[in-house]
Amino acid sequence: MFDLIVTLIPVFPLLAVLANGLNVMLGHRYSHEIAHRLAWGSVLLSFLCSVWVLGQTLGHPEPRTVVAYRWFFGADLTVNLSFLIDPLTCIMLLVVTGVGFLIHVYSVGYMHGEEGFTRFFAYMNLFMVSMLLLVMGSNYVVLFIGWEGVGLCSYLLIGYYYDRVSAAKAATKAFVVNRIGDAGFLLAIFLVFANFGTLEYTEIFARAGQLDSAAAFSIAICLLIGAVGKSAQLPLHTWLPDAMEGPTPVSALIHAATMVTAGVYMVVRNHAIYDLAPDALLIVGVVGGVTALFAATIGLVQTDIKRVLAYSTVSQLGFMFLACGVGAYVAAIFHLVTHAFFKALLFLSAGSVIHALSGEQDIRRMGGLWSKIPKTHGVFLVGTAAIAGFPFLSGWWSKDEILGHAFVHGHYVLWALGATAAFCTAFYMSRLLYVTFYGESRVAHEVEHHIHESPNVMVYPLLVLAFLSVVGGLIGVIPGGLENGWFHQFLQPVVRSAGAGGEAAHEEGHLLVYILMAVTTLIGVAGWFTAHYFYKLKPEQPDLLMNRMKGAYTLILNKYWVDEAYDKAFVEPGKAVGRSFDKADTAGIDRVVVAVEQVTDLSAAGSTWVEKHVIYGGLNVTGYANHLAARVLRRLQSGLVHHYAAILVAGLVVLVNLIVLFLWLGGAS
Amino acid sequence: MIPLSYYMILSAIVFVTGVVGVLIRRNIIMLLLSIELMLNATNINFVAFSYYLGNIAGQVFVFFALTVAAAEVAVGLAIIIALYRGKATVNVAELNLMKW
Amino acid sequence: MTIVSTADLLAILPELLVMAGGCLVLVLDPLTAKDRKDWLAYFSLAVLGAAFVVGYWFMGALTGSPRPAFSGLYVLDAYGAFWKLLLILVSGLVILLAKAHLKLEEIDLPEFYAFILLSLSGMMVMVSGTDLLVIYLGLELMSLSLYVMAGFKRYAPRSLEAAAKYFILGSFSSGILLYGISLLFGRTGSTTLAGIRDGIAGLPPGDPILLMAMGLLVVGFGFKVAAVPFHMWTPDVYEGSPTSVTAYMAVASKAASFAAFLRVFLEALGGIKESWRMLLVAVCIATMVLGNVVAIVQTNIKRMLAYSSIAHAGYALIGLVVADAAGTASVMLYLAIYAFMNLGAFAVVTMLRRGGLEGDEIDDFTGLARRNKWAALVMLLFMFSLAGIPPTAGFIAKFYIFMAAVGANMTGLAVIAVVFAAISAYFYLRVVMVMYMKEPGETAGTPGYDVRVVASPAAIAVLLVAALGVLILGVFPDPLIQAAQSAILPLK
Repeated sequence: MFDLIVTLIPVFPLLAVLANGLNVMLGHRYSHEIAHRLAWGSVLLSFLCSVWVLGQTLGHPEPRTVVAYRWFFGADLTVNLSFLIDPLTCIMLLVVTGVGFLIHVYSVGYMHGEEGFTRFFAYMNLFMVSMLLLVMGSNYVVLFIGWEGVGLCSYLLIGYYYDRVSAAKAATKAFVVNRIGDAGFLLAIFLVFANFGTLEYTEIFARAGQLDSAAAFSIAICLLIGAVGKSAQLPLHTWLPDAMEGPTPVSALIHAATMVTAGVYMVVRNHAIYDLAPDALLIVGVVGGVTALFAATIGLVQTDIKRVLAYSTVSQLGFMFLACGVGAYVAAIFHLVTHAFFKALLFLSAGSVIHALSGEQDIRRMGGLWSKIPKTHGVFLVGTAAIAGFPFLSGWWSKDEILGHAFVHGHYVLWALGATAAFCTAFYMSRLLYVTFYGESRVAHEVEHHIHESPNVMVYPLLVLAFLSVVGGLIGVIPGGLENGWFHQFLQPVVRSAGAGGEAAHEEGHLLVYILMAVTTLIGVAGWFTAHYFYKLKPEQPDLLMNRMKGAYTLILNKYWVDEAYDKAFVEPGKAVGRSFDKADTAGIDRVVVAVEQVTDLSAAGSTWVEKHVIYGGLNVTGYANHLAARVLRRLQSGLVHHYAAILVAGLVVLVNLIVLFLWLGGAS
Repeated sequence: MIPLSYYMILSAIVFVTGVVGVLIRRNIIMLLLSIELMLNATNINFVAFSYYLGNIAGQVFVFFALTVAAAEVAVGLAIIIALYRGKATVNVAELNLMKW
Repeated sequence: MTIVSTADLLAILPELLVMAGGCLVLVLDPLTAKDRKDWLAYFSLAVLGAAFVVGYWFMGALTGSPRPAFSGLYVLDAYGAFWKLLLILVSGLVILLAKAHLKLEEIDLPEFYAFILLSLSGMMVMVSGTDLLVIYLGLELMSLSLYVMAGFKRYAPRSLEAAAKYFILGSFSSGILLYGISLLFGRTGSTTLAGIRDGIAGLPPGDPILLMAMGLLVVGFGFKVAAVPFHMWTPDVYEGSPTSVTAYMAVASKAASFAAFLRVFLEALGGIKESWRMLLVAVCIATMVLGNVVAIVQTNIKRMLAYSSIAHAGYALIGLVVADAAGTASVMLYLAIYAFMNLGAFAVVTMLRRGGLEGDEIDDFTGLARRNKWAALVMLLFMFSLAGIPPTAGFIAKFYIFMAAVGANMTGLAVIAVVFAAISAYFYLRVVMVMYMKEPGETAGTPGYDVRVVASPAAIAVLLVAALGVLILGVFPDPLIQAAQSAILPLK
């Protein structure tokens, strides 16, 4: 029974892929209605099965392996198509199928009337199958199949709008950059096999201790290369912002909630190896911390609503890597879960905005939308608050936990990187909110007439995600208190199996943790306030950003909001002090805020420059070198027979020389 | 009695002559003849080895090699005739429609 | 003493069937009415079917010890049977493909089927011969037929040029191979593989003439499998030959050459394994690098597939370099899977017509998904499989061969292979990109530019077999792997 249901989880979407795929190929024998019902229905069934599996796992946290069939079998290697069910898998299953289901439902409305409606759902379900294999696989090969499969679907879906040249380019870029990471991952698999002679997780992690530190380090680094490619970390992050060429539900599902978090899942899954290689773990943390800040600063200056969110995703994934790097694996997965909620919410509501504005994505041509699409505004606000770290929302819990771990474990630099990134996050998200929804409308006239709230089929998933974004963090605190919630208790057996790492930060003392929480909260609110200041209070400020923000007049209506944020941020003693502070020392705050702004602006410009010249440049040089090599090498192919014969003879001469060299070396030794 | 090495040197010289011929000649018929030289160098080797080793297998090989060489010439000349009909040339330097 | 026994003749029954079939097609050709020429194709297929059945029966009867025939010149073993079945299958598919394709190219001559059968019989001799003489004869029979087939479109300058180039370079390389065989005979006093092995065992290590002979053999076989730097003929010949011939060369001739390469080097030269390993590592790396890098800049799909086939020869060489049980099995697996995906890719090329010509430029694939979604879908499948992306069979092939390298402590080689396999995604994907993410007609504008897909039932059957092969072997590769593993060469 258990085995059957576990096996059915990826089978349902697979059946839907076959049905919808055949329907497309055979010329649409049934309507869109049936196609989308099949698509989301299959994911719903998978979700229900996942819930059942979770129920079964609650009592039995020890890993259970379900073998679907023997996939291939060699002299010294057997690879099964098999699934591993443990708490980590359960959590991932719920996230993938749950969020996946909501996004499928949303897509029914969003993709309505598109020419490739059925094709889109076939790809989406194919993605679900791959992602499920990825998180359920009980060995590296199944993981790799899923890993490549999600990359493939991502490629197909980014290139979904085939009439855009940029989409095709973005798709190819995403795939090729991912392949670089995949090569690293494949190498890691080979190294694991060379060291353990098997590829099954349970056997490997049980014997991980026998690994010498050099081998552990090289495996860990190769895995990291794979994870960096898939999760769009520095320096392989460039594909993700471009991937926004795909339809918005794709961005939400693949490029925010699930696929890009696969790298984090993989690192956590392999924590037994990482624990043996502290240096590699540190590199994970540094990559994460630097990426978090780097991407966040770029997010400050983006003007495309989806690109802001894309950089935000890169940055948030950086947080998760940072968490892994400091050994806080549970916190990483916790953030993965909450991020899936609020980032899916943000992307989908951004999609709702784009939908309302007939495809407009530039926030400079938005503004004042809050009254026109109130439901979208409401959920976007919730999402922003959650990601910015508004107290008691999901993002607040998980981000605080990561930063707390970083600090408590003595990684002060990483903590500082994370904290600064958190500030930027709060800033750019608030900016996005203000520029999109508040102020005067800058929407083009011909578009303005058509602004409409999205249909219910799109709004309901948003409401569910908004609810989850608000309360989702509570699983991390109830019932055991801070960092000892159900989530932590449930996952503890997975990360504890290694022995090292994973002790909760709160053991170091509650006071410090509370102080850190307060500090990060303040940082978040400071970010918010900075945005508020620039986009609401002082729009006339002669600043680079100010020029773009002509329409952002202060609205009395929003005063209440501002006050509350302001109060919470700067006024611990009370409202009165806060008000006087505001009035008396505006100039002082001005200076601070301007300085902060200049620094962030500078660093944003710096990061953008680095990205443009160093990273793109680097990738281009590699590509160019390849092309150059290809051009030079093809010149050998002169088309003339005697040249070919000469090269053949030259090859023979080289071989003979090698033989002579070999003989000589053999004689010498 | 002539030492085996003499035969081997002779065959090596003939073989290299054939190889060089393939490399420097442009007339496709000359190429064919050069390849024949290479095959004959092998035959010298086989016969010499066969004699010195007292093993008849080498001479058997020569018979087959000669047969194959004849078949090769037949096919080769057919291709050359077709080529001459099609392109009115037997110069390999002019066979460069396809490159890079 | 009888020179040839009934048992000997039985041992070569599949070969005899195919040879006789080839000759019969030539005889029957003038006796067949013009509008009945198709029957010769069906006749050839029937011959292949019979040979397949016999070969399959042999394979089943052969689990266990190999049976030598013709006083040790020939052997009946599972290894040979595996390759023969593969080659017969491939030949059958090529005949089906050619049946449709030759009509399109207006070179619908039944001699083609005769050449396929004769070439196939050469390959079958090659994979079962245990004497260098027999292997050489098989190789020449294969090559001579292929030279003619390359020039089959005898009014097209490109086809003629391909034939001439292939012929000159092919006979040049077999001259080199033969010289190597003669030196080997001189040093070991034998031409049978077992005799050579024993002879080498009696020689002092590092015998220069022996090593020279080995080097010459590497050139000879390297040429046939299109390994760098003996690959130069490949792009030109693949581009110029009629596409169904190209498919046959790229798949069958390569597989047969690898089979003989493996048998000769493992059985005869196993004693100096360390020496040829070193050479082949260099050749293997050069092959992977050059094949994958130069493929990036190609604009003609047949040329691109030629470089791709060079790169794949590089991957398969890894299995030979590894030179153990897993290595042998991985080469067999690799070429079997490679046969499906490459044959499929070429089959799609044959179906694409631009005007009266073949649409063999990558640009001709632009917007194919809009013109014919089935053709685009299967091409996508073959491209992904060639790039080694799961769950296609191409991934299994690569994974298994790289794994063999790692298992033999050749991780460095595996690393290089993985990196270049990653690069290869770029040019395979370009085909997918133009098919799926560009509108047809974007590159149009030149008059008479109308790419269309001509699908005949025969070509569809080939595509179906190839696509199902790629998919099924990707998801359920175990039977094939078991077959390859039970058919490996007995390593000495």
